[in-house]
Amino acid sequence: MTTLTLTAPSPHLAFLLRLADDNLILGHRLSEWTGHAPMLEEDIALANIALDHIGAARSLYDRAAELHGEGLTEDDYAYRRDARGYLNCLLVERPNGDFAHTIVRQLLYSAFALPYWAVLTASTDATIAAIAAKSEKEARYHVRHSGDWFLRLGDGTDESRTRTEAALAALWPYTGELFEVDATLEPLIAEGVAADPRSVHAVWQQTIDQALAATGLTVPEVPFMQTGGRTGYHTEHLGFILADLQFMQRAYPGATW
Amino acid sequence: MYTQALNNLDLPQNDEGDPREARFMARIDAEERIEPNDFMPEGYRKTLVRQIAQHAHSEIIGMLPEGNWITRAPSLRRKAALLAKVQDEGGHGLYLYCAAETLGKSREEMMDELVDGRAKYSSIFNYPTLTWADIGMIGWLVDGAAIMNQIPLCRCSFGPYARAMIRICKEESFHQRQGYEQIMTLCAGTPEQKELAQDSLNRWWWPSIMMFGPSDGDSVHSAKSMAWKIKRFTNDELRQKFIDATVPQAHRIGLEIPDPDLKFNEETGHWEIGEIDWEEFKRVLAGGGPCNADRVAARKAAQENGAWVRDAALAYAQKRAARESETLAA
Repeated sequence: MTTLTLTAPSPHLAFLLRLADDNLILGHRLSEWTGHAPMLEEDIALANIALDHIGAARSLYDRAAELHGEGLTEDDYAYRRDARGYLNCLLVERPNGDFAHTIVRQLLYSAFALPYWAVLTASTDATIAAIAAKSEKEARYHVRHSGDWFLRLGDGTDESRTRTEAALAALWPYTGELFEVDATLEPLIAEGVAADPRSVHAVWQQTIDQALAATGLTVPEVPFMQTGGRTGYHTEHLGFILADLQFMQRAYPGATW
Repeated sequence: MYTQALNNLDLPQNDEGDPREARFMARIDAEERIEPNDFMPEGYRKTLVRQIAQHAHSEIIGMLPEGNWITRAPSLRRKAALLAKVQDEGGHGLYLYCAAETLGKSREEMMDELVDGRAKYSSIFNYPTLTWADIGMIGWLVDGAAIMNQIPLCRCSFGPYARAMIRICKEESFHQRQGYEQIMTLCAGTPEQKELAQDSLNRWWWPSIMMFGPSDGDSVHSAKSMAWKIKRFTNDELRQKFIDATVPQAHRIGLEIPDPDLKFNEETGHWEIGEIDWEEFKRVLAGGGPCNADRVAARKAAQENGAWVRDAALAYAQKRAARESETLAA
């Protein structure tokens, strides 16, 4: 099975893949916890959230395939693209680290995803609007779950607070990318297919500020934001995710499972 | 598989002569359910705690060999299904720990016993999942064998265990069919895929047969458990049911059972298998299986790495409670 390389995908297709890739990669990361979480309840909760993300990714890939034509399926996007073809934001591919990293990553992402899905329910692409309606409900739980844990960890013991602070400092540089608008997104926002991520920045900031205020933690001082995921310029971690994710399809090309 | 727990018990003396004991046995005989606050002989309680805890441990240790393939599942559909299945096993573990807690033993205690090697779990999970086919094989064979054991447990005399088992059986039955469907897909695929399925069956067949525990003649405590209606069928009866159900399923999709002595007995209507390697069974139970050390180490690591998280949750809950009582006092 050859590598699927999309040369100059349409903005609509690229947008779908960005959103789908965010969800697949974050779901993949969360699924790595299964069987190893700090308590059984979290094994179950993290698997649940992972399933929500993977489910959203599958629906978005389906829509992408429909738009793309050529008889592609959801699996072609997930299993045949190399790292340079993946368009997820860098935040979601950051390693799980300790539980604080996982929780902070989830809160930073879900606090964005919740209002973003909400505005996408008005997308002129009816399929995106329908996926957004379902995902918005799920994201509400994700924000609650990660927000509750953020509070427990940030206001728990000295150790948990130190770890939470370290996770915030490590992951904050990856939050800028969530709100970027580029030449792919601009025409889609104008058409009403996509929503402008900058329009949900204030809501995101408010969610994060509330979480921080409740724990007495502060926004870390970060001189630079990282970027690149939306154009396929990733961290070194994505390659290993794909080595795992795509192993079977690469080892047994063309087989049906 | 979980009846393995019943074969290695040090049962205390019963409270014989206690009139409550006679009433208890009368209730058992009348097929009444025993509930946590009811009188029960110490031996009954200990047997149940041990069995339910081992069952719970088996569920969560079982998450590891299957979890090993979540990130590598070959399609998004299979990935989602596997993740959901392993999540189900976690749910079963949680239910069962709760059922055991109703008998007076805390989850923390049970977890400690698991990671320091005092508690046992099903021997089957000490074998490695080497290929994707092993995921289907676990569903088909291991969950299939588990169902044979667990369906009678839905009528177990202890209420919380019996009720937990009803839901667990429904889910396990789904897992079994899902596993068989995965293996069917491999058998209908490329020659390489078929070979993956056959190789996997070769490795999992005998360990699955061993899940039912020692032969009846060597199973010391079955009689008491049967009288208490915790256990309803003997190890050999359940094993035979499993073999009779599974051999035709293998043949139907063109797989060969790795047993040269396997034959169908026309008179009895049963499939008869060759000699079980009981030395292997004993070795794996005693800790010498290929993955015993890895499984316990993985649980131990999760337990240790998560300690600060559990401490934080507790500290936060205490702070909050203190703040609330201050507010009330003010």
